[in-house]
Amino acid sequence: MPSLKDLKNRIESVKSTRKITKAMQMVAAAKLRRAQEAAEQSRPYTERFNAVMAGLAASVGGSDSAPRLLSGTGSDKVQLLIVMTSERGLCGGFNSNIAKLARTHAQKLRGEGKEIKILTVGKKGRDQLKRDLGDFFIGHVDLTEVKRVGYVDAQGIAKDVLDRFDVGEFDVATIFYAKFVNVVSQIPTAQQIIPAKFEEQEGDEASTLFDYEPDEEAILADLLPRGVATQIFSALLENGASEQGARMSAMDNATRNAGEMIDNLTIEFNRSRQAVITNELIEIISGAEAL
Amino acid sequence: MADTVQFDLVSPERLLASALVTAVQIPGADGDMTAMADHAPTITTLRPGLLVTEGPDGKSEYVVTGGFAEVSPRGISVLAERAIPKGEVTKADHDAMVKEAEEALSKAKAAFENEPGPVDDAAKLLADMVAVGDHITV
Repeated sequence: MPSLKDLKNRIESVKSTRKITKAMQMVAAAKLRRAQEAAEQSRPYTERFNAVMAGLAASVGGSDSAPRLLSGTGSDKVQLLIVMTSERGLCGGFNSNIAKLARTHAQKLRGEGKEIKILTVGKKGRDQLKRDLGDFFIGHVDLTEVKRVGYVDAQGIAKDVLDRFDVGEFDVATIFYAKFVNVVSQIPTAQQIIPAKFEEQEGDEASTLFDYEPDEEAILADLLPRGVATQIFSALLENGASEQGARMSAMDNATRNAGEMIDNLTIEFNRSRQAVITNELIEIISGAEAL
Repeated sequence: MADTVQFDLVSPERLLASALVTAVQIPGADGDMTAMADHAPTITTLRPGLLVTEGPDGKSEYVVTGGFAEVSPRGISVLAERAIPKGEVTKADHDAMVKEAEEALSKAKAAFENEPGPVDDAAKLLADMVAVGDHITV
């Protein structure tokens, strides 16, 4: 049975924990708004880019001279997994969900006899995968110092990946990140970026006949590397919003749990205090009776 | 008054401009071109250069590098990897761009010794970057 003093200390400590989680939740909410804005502002670029690329890819894709970034190397033996996670923890299942998806994917590929290589972005994912997949790590991108993810960061990652592709280090690249749906739901997603895949888009877009300058293939060769950067950039932004969303709901839960704990501890505290008072009374009364 | 056409300038990070314009001068890879309303649908890649729009609200100029322009019946969209209003480009920005292009050139020279193609491309990129410097007054 803890003493009154112990209980009192305990309540105080849980109360300050609640204050911290509450503050973290509010910070996450503010950052989430900013992250969502950033994601929204990048959307026009990504959407139009993909629409044009899809049109180009459809017209050039069939020919033998299509760039390797689009048609692939003709093999899928060596697979590169780019695992994007956050730099900080305390955001619920966000990092472990992405890591779990990457791990299952890696195991499946290894089961099929393929070689895997892993590039990690964000410290938390690397820590989680290090134990069983550490041997396959070929690189890590540290974004700890980056306050706001910019296109430059995505370009840096894309350059690294493309350089590796050019020297033939891998055949297929897939990125892992969490798609932001809303505050309570972020879906871990695997998306293949090399060779590039574009969703076919229906609509009047396809029916317009464009003049191409210089020509379709040259444009495609110029744009495909940029497409990789664009996809990485939008994944980074989605991830940023997802991380803050996950943190917000995790901290909301923590705050609620702390509140519950305080209630329970307060009840226990009051009971023990009552017990002490009753005890003292019994002692006084029985003392008086003995006289 | 000439016909106007919807013009959007988009960078990966944000929508930079969206307005009705009468003419847009685009620094295309094969040379500058000016697109006006009812221009034939065209897609062209960009070289580093100056993008000039003329509209009812006046003239605006942007320095753009990398990306492409899409001229369609619905409007003109320019998707540039980097787009900065001309007045905001500083000497430091330009120096950084030139340095980047120089590095790309020396790398291309090292990587493709017997293939002139990529080296020439990189050299052109550098020349374009330097030429941008003539447009900006710093």
